[in-house]
Amino acid sequence: MSVTAKPAIAAPARDAIETPAVPTHQLAAFTVMLVVLVAAPFFVYPVFLMKALCFALFACAFNLLIGYVGLLSFGHAAFLGSAGYASAYAAKVWGFPPELAILSGTLAAGALGTIIGALTIRSRGIYFANITLAFAQMIFFFSLQAKFTGGEDGIQAVPRGTLLGVLDLRQTYTMYFVVLAVFLIGFLIVYRSIHSPFGQVLKAIRENEPRATSLGYQPEHYKLIAFVISATLSGTAGATKAIVFQLASLTDVHWTMSGEVVLMTLLGGMGTVFGPVVGAFLVISLEHYLAQLGSWLTIVQGLIFVVCVLTFRRGVIGELGRLLKKPL
Amino acid sequence: MTIFGVPAQALFGQLLIGLINGAFYAMLSLGLSVIFGLLNIINFAHGAQYMMGAFVAYFALQWAGLGYWPSLLIAPVVVGLFGVLLERTMLKRLYHLDHLYGLLLTFGVALVVQGLFRNEFGSSGLPYAAPPQLTGGYNLGFMFLPTYRAWVVVFSLVICLGTWYVIERTKLGAYLRAATENPTLVQAFGIDVPRMITLTYGFGVALAALAGVLAAPIYQVNPLMGADLIIVVFAVVVIGGLGSIMGSIVTGFGLGVVEGFTKVFYPEASNTVIFVIMALVLLVRPSGLFGRTA
Repeated sequence: MSVTAKPAIAAPARDAIETPAVPTHQLAAFTVMLVVLVAAPFFVYPVFLMKALCFALFACAFNLLIGYVGLLSFGHAAFLGSAGYASAYAAKVWGFPPELAILSGTLAAGALGTIIGALTIRSRGIYFANITLAFAQMIFFFSLQAKFTGGEDGIQAVPRGTLLGVLDLRQTYTMYFVVLAVFLIGFLIVYRSIHSPFGQVLKAIRENEPRATSLGYQPEHYKLIAFVISATLSGTAGATKAIVFQLASLTDVHWTMSGEVVLMTLLGGMGTVFGPVVGAFLVISLEHYLAQLGSWLTIVQGLIFVVCVLTFRRGVIGELGRLLKKPL
Repeated sequence: MTIFGVPAQALFGQLLIGLINGAFYAMLSLGLSVIFGLLNIINFAHGAQYMMGAFVAYFALQWAGLGYWPSLLIAPVVVGLFGVLLERTMLKRLYHLDHLYGLLLTFGVALVVQGLFRNEFGSSGLPYAAPPQLTGGYNLGFMFLPTYRAWVVVFSLVICLGTWYVIERTKLGAYLRAATENPTLVQAFGIDVPRMITLTYGFGVALAALAGVLAAPIYQVNPLMGADLIIVVFAVVVIGGLGSIMGSIVTGFGLGVVEGFTKVFYPEASNTVIFVIMALVLLVRPSGLFGRTA
């Protein structure tokens, strides 16, 4: 982060935190990403890209917690999955149009995130990981037994519908650009949250919580808000995914999904802006190519975890940023 | 005879199943607690190591004709050595980092181990017979008590209390507790703390493997037998309070029984009851029932 010399202003502590302007290299990276994503569906199978984009948003939301608050949630599948159910149910049973279905899923995840967050945010480190995992498992068993989720079958044949009464989402390309728009909105919300006075306070809490407290900030409030934003955006990802694949199933609430988002973020680079996106695309491609090999996929994922933790803790984008000497 | 409108037979049957599950919860959460106490990491590979214990017993029978009794010793030693190797080669490099990396590493190890076993043996269970001395059962009048299940409850209780005794009442245990409080100071007194850490990890892992051998005749030998169990055990550990030895034992057995009774009175909640209890405990005591500080 570049720190420019500022004249000392006798302002209250809260206002003294400057929002840094978007650095040029990040703007350039964003432009590259945008161009690639707009051009990609004409070269690569769009359904694959849509899946990767949903997971990229999921990983970005997850990264807000692990990368900027230092909280490892091992239960983020709960938000992805329950939002998927809410969105699929709203679209199929209530006949909601897709924009309202996605909104319902997002709100459901936000509400769930508020409850789980309020219960877990006081704990930290390993306790936090453990407790979020247990809550997610509770949601999993609930989804397995509840009537409206369809149990083992899930909610199938969800109609994609017509967005805002104009865009027919059954067209693959239309659907793709809607997913891209949803992803970009989510991405920018995460970016804005990080690069704001709020984000600076989060980082301060991560670095030195007692110090932040002594400056008059209430760490638990900030952490809870970050948790709710993260859960809500994970919900947006899950809700969109349910509309794209016309399916909400137990896979998305299972704890292996929580592990997968950790893997994406770790591989891409925790605490980097673009890392989770790259990580998501890498992991989804890996799944795509190893799908026929059955449990070899699990083995490879496990090996990536081990290798990343032992030797590659900055992740792809983290290492790239270090080479370029610019945070990406 | 009925109690609260439930046949006594069913009630005692579920009580026994609860005690059995509780025995496994207690042994697994005890191992997790011992490891956490000294290494400050959550051993995510605990479920995989429990599964490995059961498989070692299975291999010993298939390849060497060694039955249940030798396996009770062989499996913990073999899997414990695997734990020692894991600690020496990988975990050791992570102690200077955030403890979360230990969790992520062991999670990766669990995925690899479970994936390898599933590749080789599929996901259906392999049968493993209880030893002839422990087959059959007793008719207690109000219920039938299978000998093997009674053995599991008694044996695991003995192991748990033995571990508690060693840690809380012996000189070795005193070193261990001291190293948990302040490793640097203990090392300054000339005690080899790194070796103690390695052995402690090996011991915790061995406990998981022992539980695996005990479980083999009841649940069969299955590559995924530990995958979902371990998450329940995490909740048990959170309820009991991480790092508390007696807390792990008491909450382990207690929650097993509570879960068993839930199956009788409100079967829909039997999968979630432990997580609900966890949420309630966290509201009242964030550090767990027996935990010191969170």
